[in-house]
Amino acid sequence: MKPTNIDLAALANEGVENVAMKDRRHFLKMGLAITGVFAGGTLFSAVSVANKVFASPAEFADKYPYKPHYSMIIHQDRCIDCERCVAACAETNHVPHEGYRTRILQRDVPDAIGQKREFIPVLCNQCNLPQCTRVCPTKATYKNTSNGIVMMDTSKCIGCLTCQEACPYNARYFNEERQAVDKCNFCFDTRLAKGEKLTACANACPANCRVFGDLSDPTSEAYRTVHQIERAVWVLRPEAGTKPNIFYTKG
Amino acid sequence: MSDEVKAAVLSLVGSDGLVWERLKSGSKGYYLLLMVTGILVAAAAVAGVQAMVVGHEHFYNTTREVPWGILISTYVFFVVTSTGLCLVSSIGHVFGNENFMPIAKRSVFLSIATILSGFFIIAFEIKIPWRMAIYNVISPNLTSNIWWMGTLYGVYLMFMLAEYGFLLLDKHRYAVICGFSGAVAGIAAHSNLGAVFGLLMGREFWHGPYMPIYFIASAMMTGTSVIILFHFLAYKVNKEEMGPPMKHALAITAKLGVLLICTILFFTIWKMVSGIAGQPAGKYEAVMALVKGPFAINFWLFEIGMGMVFPLILFAGSKGKNLSMMFLGAASMIIGIFVMRYDLVVVGQAVPVLHELGVNEYKHLLSYSPSLYEGIITIGGFAMTAFLFLIGEKLFAGHKMSQH
Repeated sequence: MKPTNIDLAALANEGVENVAMKDRRHFLKMGLAITGVFAGGTLFSAVSVANKVFASPAEFADKYPYKPHYSMIIHQDRCIDCERCVAACAETNHVPHEGYRTRILQRDVPDAIGQKREFIPVLCNQCNLPQCTRVCPTKATYKNTSNGIVMMDTSKCIGCLTCQEACPYNARYFNEERQAVDKCNFCFDTRLAKGEKLTACANACPANCRVFGDLSDPTSEAYRTVHQIERAVWVLRPEAGTKPNIFYTKG
Repeated sequence: MSDEVKAAVLSLVGSDGLVWERLKSGSKGYYLLLMVTGILVAAAAVAGVQAMVVGHEHFYNTTREVPWGILISTYVFFVVTSTGLCLVSSIGHVFGNENFMPIAKRSVFLSIATILSGFFIIAFEIKIPWRMAIYNVISPNLTSNIWWMGTLYGVYLMFMLAEYGFLLLDKHRYAVICGFSGAVAGIAAHSNLGAVFGLLMGREFWHGPYMPIYFIASAMMTGTSVIILFHFLAYKVNKEEMGPPMKHALAITAKLGVLLICTILFFTIWKMVSGIAGQPAGKYEAVMALVKGPFAINFWLFEIGMGMVFPLILFAGSKGKNLSMMFLGAASMIIGIFVMRYDLVVVGQAVPVLHELGVNEYKHLLSYSPSLYEGIITIGGFAMTAFLFLIGEKLFAGHKMSQH
């Protein structure tokens, strides 16, 4: 390639006032899409968060795939490990003692300044590209086409446990009483279908750690939390490619 | 039923029929072995049914984090063996290589025996097998490798049974068609079994195209050892001397075995190197568990030593002539391969899926060891293959091949 003989230092500053608004936005988006690994998940901007929840980038137009598009935003630093969510879930959904649909994990950071332990609530990520439904031989687990919840048809479950192997979040267990694999379904049968607006865990949380809502509704708190450029939002195990609908944030 | 058919049936299974004549021709040792293997199969069936009725969680050591244990790995071992027997034997009677012709009939019979043993094991591993029989048919999921694997193995079994039937009836044209179809179904089924593991995106140790490819290559490696082992044993059971064509066939099989051991060694080396270089998250921990962690003895002694290096030396050293060396190599290889399948299944789950999160709950490798019941059922699977092999030797008079 021919070297250019332009003296860059001698060029006049054009300023930014002449850069089109669209280009500036594009430049900002590019910067925000460059992300780092932080806090146990991949940190990314609101732009890439939206990308994460669509099946493919081409679908990232102006709408979410489901209506309502149920989602949960977990404000990780608000969790105090009281486990009321775990108890409420177990009671509402008849979860036996040997299993759980949601739990609180602990992370110790001994060299942190100040607080040295944090709590991370986990549950089924209701992925947009769920591995569990792909591997199930009998369609016993499936993604509800209207609200995106990953559900179980217990009568079809053969108990091969491949869905447990496929889940990158360890969100599934075999329920001996039901003779089928069991998992979180955002309390669809026990609360949402009965007109309740919140899941049992979100309802029980005294710290408002779990914000449950409809991502397709721009007025919802879930939408407003995720769609902020200045807020750090992440998902667990993004490299598994499942496009989860459980988002984590702090503050 | 016409009198002619009646007479024909009686001549086979009547009190003085051919079947009874053949079955009565065994030695005392033969009947003792038949009884022992029969009892072991019955014990496994009782244990399996009890676990199924009372609940697997009371009898098996599998957990939420490690849902697949020794029963899955034993199932994989048997279907690997069956596919290998089908593929190696098809070189002769399907693809026309005369050298492999003498081993065809017994190998096809053994591929049926081993796949049945695999199905026997998996019936006690799947928690609600009767739902599988119904919903695999009326609610199939075509994106599921488990569904394809199960369905294709069903098709495979049908072809293998038909092939053996045609071989018995000396209808070689039909046998070749069924043998070819069986080999295609077997390859499709077996690579799907590899894909059951390989297409799981959250399991780094398994994920990738390696598994389906590796499964086919290792099936053929297993096939060579099982053919040598059982043909050696069959001539002991029948108290016969091996003829030159059979000796030659086994010598060629051992040669093929050497090639396939080298192939799998090559695969294993690169699998391990790719898991260490750059320390890929999730994969590195699993590979190191094999290299110098809790699975190091399994890996170095059983997988590498007994499964590959020792048989390689014995097969090569036998020069295709020393049958005892070949038998020893084959037996060692089968033990090694059994441990290979166990490690493949268990190590793939040893790194918790949320390990990278750095939480206290998932900092360490997960552990699993088989329970007594799982052990009994596993042994029952082996006993079933042995039982069917013994019965087959007498019932089908040493699986002699007619000239064609």
